Amino acid sequence: MSDDIVLKVENLRTHFHTKTGIVKAVDGIDFELRRGETLGVVGESGSGKSMTAWSILGMVPKPAGRIETGRILYHGEDLLQKTDDEMRKIRGSGICMVMQDPLTSLNPVLTIKKQLTETLELEFKEKKESLLQRAIALLSSVNIPAPETRVTSYPHEMSGGMRQRVVGAISISRSPDVLIADEPTTSLDVTIQLQYLKLLKDIQEETGVGIIFITHDFGIVAKMCDRVAVMYAGHIIEQAEVTELFDNPLHPYTKALLRSVPDLDDDVEMLPTIEGQPPDLANTPSGCVFRDRCPDPSDDCRDGNVEMGLIEVSPGHWVDQCCINCG
Amino acid sequence: MATIDFEPIKLSYTQRVLKWIKEYNPPWIPIIILSSLLFFGLFANFVTGDPMANDLKARQIAPFTDIHHILGTDMLGKDMTSRLIFGCRSVLLVTAPSIIVAIFIGTAIGLIAGYTGRITDTILMRITDATLGFPSILVAMLLVTFVGTGYIGVIIAVTATTWARFARMIRGEVLSVRERDFVTLAVILGVSPFMIMWRHLFPNVINTLMVMISLMIGQVVLLEASLSFLGLGMSPGEPAWGIMVAEGRQQLLTTWWVSLLPGILITLVVMAFNFFGDWLRDYLDPRMRRSR
Repeated sequence: MSDDIVLKVENLRTHFHTKTGIVKAVDGIDFELRRGETLGVVGESGSGKSMTAWSILGMVPKPAGRIETGRILYHGEDLLQKTDDEMRKIRGSGICMVMQDPLTSLNPVLTIKKQLTETLELEFKEKKESLLQRAIALLSSVNIPAPETRVTSYPHEMSGGMRQRVVGAISISRSPDVLIADEPTTSLDVTIQLQYLKLLKDIQEETGVGIIFITHDFGIVAKMCDRVAVMYAGHIIEQAEVTELFDNPLHPYTKALLRSVPDLDDDVEMLPTIEGQPPDLANTPSGCVFRDRCPDPSDDCRDGNVEMGLIEVSPGHWVDQCCINCG
Repeated sequence: MATIDFEPIKLSYTQRVLKWIKEYNPPWIPIIILSSLLFFGLFANFVTGDPMANDLKARQIAPFTDIHHILGTDMLGKDMTSRLIFGCRSVLLVTAPSIIVAIFIGTAIGLIAGYTGRITDTILMRITDATLGFPSILVAMLLVTFVGTGYIGVIIAVTATTWARFARMIRGEVLSVRERDFVTLAVILGVSPFMIMWRHLFPNVINTLMVMISLMIGQVVLLEASLSFLGLGMSPGEPAWGIMVAEGRQQLLTTWWVSLLPGILITLVVMAFNFFGDWLRDYLDPRMRRSR
């Protein structure tokens, strides 16, 4: 089983040193990703989802951002010990990422052909002609109609959905075994979203790539993911198999999030919301980060005496230890 | 899904050229001016006589008054026509090389400084600022004193004083382009910094570069003229448009054509570059190209 683990993140802390103080964007998270598995990372804006992704890729904005502690093991090798050159070789061929906006992820002045062969060239030392054939094959694998003619178009000549699929094709062109998808469907309309998610699934079945799916849409999580990690203020507060998390959420934050998803069968006037605001990441209080918004915190928790940390309540279901005692 | 195969229409070479011309509508007048500059520069010695031969008996002949000297003669009786035509050659020999070298150095430094950022950026930009801070003519004079007068000296001096403008401009553009998503995507894909600069940043700053080039050509011609005027460039009396403008200045009221004619030519060439640069900028931008 452990051989299957392609990526293992241990106690990762990514902090930003700013004038107003140290912003703890990611503050001690652990998770692992297996071959062919999809891990959903859910959380509101600013909970550290994207920064986790950038940390894995070794692209934390410098000089303010810094990875303070932790290990990111990719096939057992710690990525944080790698030099820039070594990281560049891993990026793209080992770990890759799809970004949010398909409209800006492609270079407006280069044809699709040039942008695809540019990355293919890094992987396969071949002649231009065979690279072009590979590019066409890639485009047809992401369901671009008439790829032989499309390959010579410029990005602005394609629709948003098509561009997103081209970006998908570029991302898998070097057949990475970890693909981070950072809200890849937010800027697409619903029908295209579905197509794109199906495409990702197909790619995964074919190549066995492990996907880290960053989103805040529980519908997508239910459809796409095998396991889910819920992030809040730089911490993972609950992690479980998808069905387990939906059926049996333990953390009050997860419960509240699931309650706030509209349900077509229920006739409710107002969706429940979570009172209050997430804490200021520049000076997070000691103890549980969620205690100010917790509906029923224990006395110890309210006083800030409880340390955060995940414990396994049932096989594969991890939850923050503090909140077992709370509402 | 059923795909329909279209038989591609085969066009002959001439047809393709005509189609291209129809589609992109190149600017004819600037192209004619620039190609005649090239032609006369290359074949000056076949087209016309010796530009240095002076005939003191035929001094200061006004244009269109003498059949032997159609464009007149200067104060020493040198034929204006052949001097103007040989002037094309000095544009090719001095202006073109110096501006090309300046573009190359300036763009490279601008790209490196803008993309790498931090300490490299600081060092390169302070050097650039220092170069811009000195009056260019002073730097040029200093350099010419070191490397000596003549073609090579002028080329080095002009390059040394113009690259900084390109570097500053390109760096500014790169700063905005490098924040765009496709650059981030290239980094994610493991593309090397050199390839990012060459494939992703450079094509996106060409527009600015084109505008800069057409603006700088005029300045370079004038800088060369000033150097020659100070006796530091090509030796006085040689057929270069800048020198001719400078020579004619003292007698502007009597022999106005000595300054005016090369002046007109400089204007024409600079404007031709301007218009051609405009067209090239649109042509190189695929969005502008297809929407025509």
